[in-house]
Amino acid sequence: MHALEQNKLRLEKNKLRGEQDKLREILSFVTDPEIPVLTIDEMGILRDVTIEQDTVKVTITPTYSGCPAIDQITQDVNTVLTDNGYPKSEVLLVLSPAWTTDWMSEQSKEKLRAYGIAPPCRTTDLSQSSEEHSLAFTAACPQCRSLNTQQISEFGSTACKALWKCNECLEPFDYFKPL
Amino acid sequence: MNNDLYIYTLRQADNAMILCQRLCQWVAKGPELEEDIALTNIGLDMIGQARSLYQYAADLSDQDVTEDDLAFMRDEREWTNLLLVEQPNGNFADTIARQYFYDVWHLAFLEDLLNSKDQMLAAIAAKSVKEAQYHVRHSGNWLKRLGDGTELSHERMQSAVDEMWQFTPEMFESDELDQRLLAAGYAADLTKVKTTWDETVTALLKQATLIKPDDAFLMNGGRKGIHTQHMGYLLAEMQILPRSMPGCDW
Repeated sequence: MHALEQNKLRLEKNKLRGEQDKLREILSFVTDPEIPVLTIDEMGILRDVTIEQDTVKVTITPTYSGCPAIDQITQDVNTVLTDNGYPKSEVLLVLSPAWTTDWMSEQSKEKLRAYGIAPPCRTTDLSQSSEEHSLAFTAACPQCRSLNTQQISEFGSTACKALWKCNECLEPFDYFKPL
Repeated sequence: MNNDLYIYTLRQADNAMILCQRLCQWVAKGPELEEDIALTNIGLDMIGQARSLYQYAADLSDQDVTEDDLAFMRDEREWTNLLLVEQPNGNFADTIARQYFYDVWHLAFLEDLLNSKDQMLAAIAAKSVKEAQYHVRHSGNWLKRLGDGTELSHERMQSAVDEMWQFTPEMFESDELDQRLLAAGYAADLTKVKTTWDETVTALLKQATLIKPDDAFLMNGGRKGIHTQHMGYLLAEMQILPRSMPGCDW
């Protein structure tokens, strides 16, 4: 291949990557409405961003099948892109691979803790035996970090959270369920 | 093949939709606040699964239908859900017996459906299976707690198990459509599901100090649209709004 053409191709590629980074930066304004400290990227909901012609295609995946936040997120994605100079956008919803809390980074988990939600343990840490599941794992209190805590209910204020309480500082808290 | 897959998907969607409707009837009526939230959370998972399945069924259909048409515009005889899921909530033990029998079946069914050659069904199963693990732990823990609890809770739990038992064999019935899809590698193997179900349920009933009922009497017909007397009332409540105001949006 001609050196000039090669150069042109590289420039084109860089431009595309630059554009993608820019799009990801814009999308970092979109948070999960139920957990406003995490962006959809940090949650692992944002799967892909591409631009074809002048249309931005954003691929997202729901946390739980019935997650009611997904409609809000779709709207927010369209709005934030329009506000930042991309009036044409499409949001694609994919189910596979199924979302897992393991896609959350350690930094994201620390953000959750600071916000008052105990972060999920890794799904591989859970006991295989379903019966021992809640016994094998203890969530640390996000307020006082005590391990003297107990589960009140495996279902909480949203589909993705369980209800726990701390026996040390006596505060109830949400635990982000490993999925 | 497409029509077979359409019906197969619709059957699963109908189970999820009807059970969701039942669970959501517990709103503000749970025996305690946490339980109110738990049952409706499980209902939320079910409506999510129902939507994915109805959307897929609508895609497979050769007619111009939407997920809403399938959920709100079909009459009782067109519904193909299992009789178990349409049974009334009764007392809390009745709801738990119904839920536990379904959850164990559902989990085993999904685990087998993960291998379906149909990518969409496999994807929906992969998503749902993780939710089902939470469901079965919830209903199983309650069944054990109530069975092995006080005299009154034991008595109520036993009578709920006895009442719901007659609807369980229907879950493992496999008709020609099931067999065609199974042979082609698309459907879950109900024989395998039954083995897992029998083992799991027998073990937990024992732990809960409950007596496993005999298989003397069984009810079926859901697949053919022949439902119990409760179904019409459920649909009336569920469908009245979209039917009285077709196309209404907010």
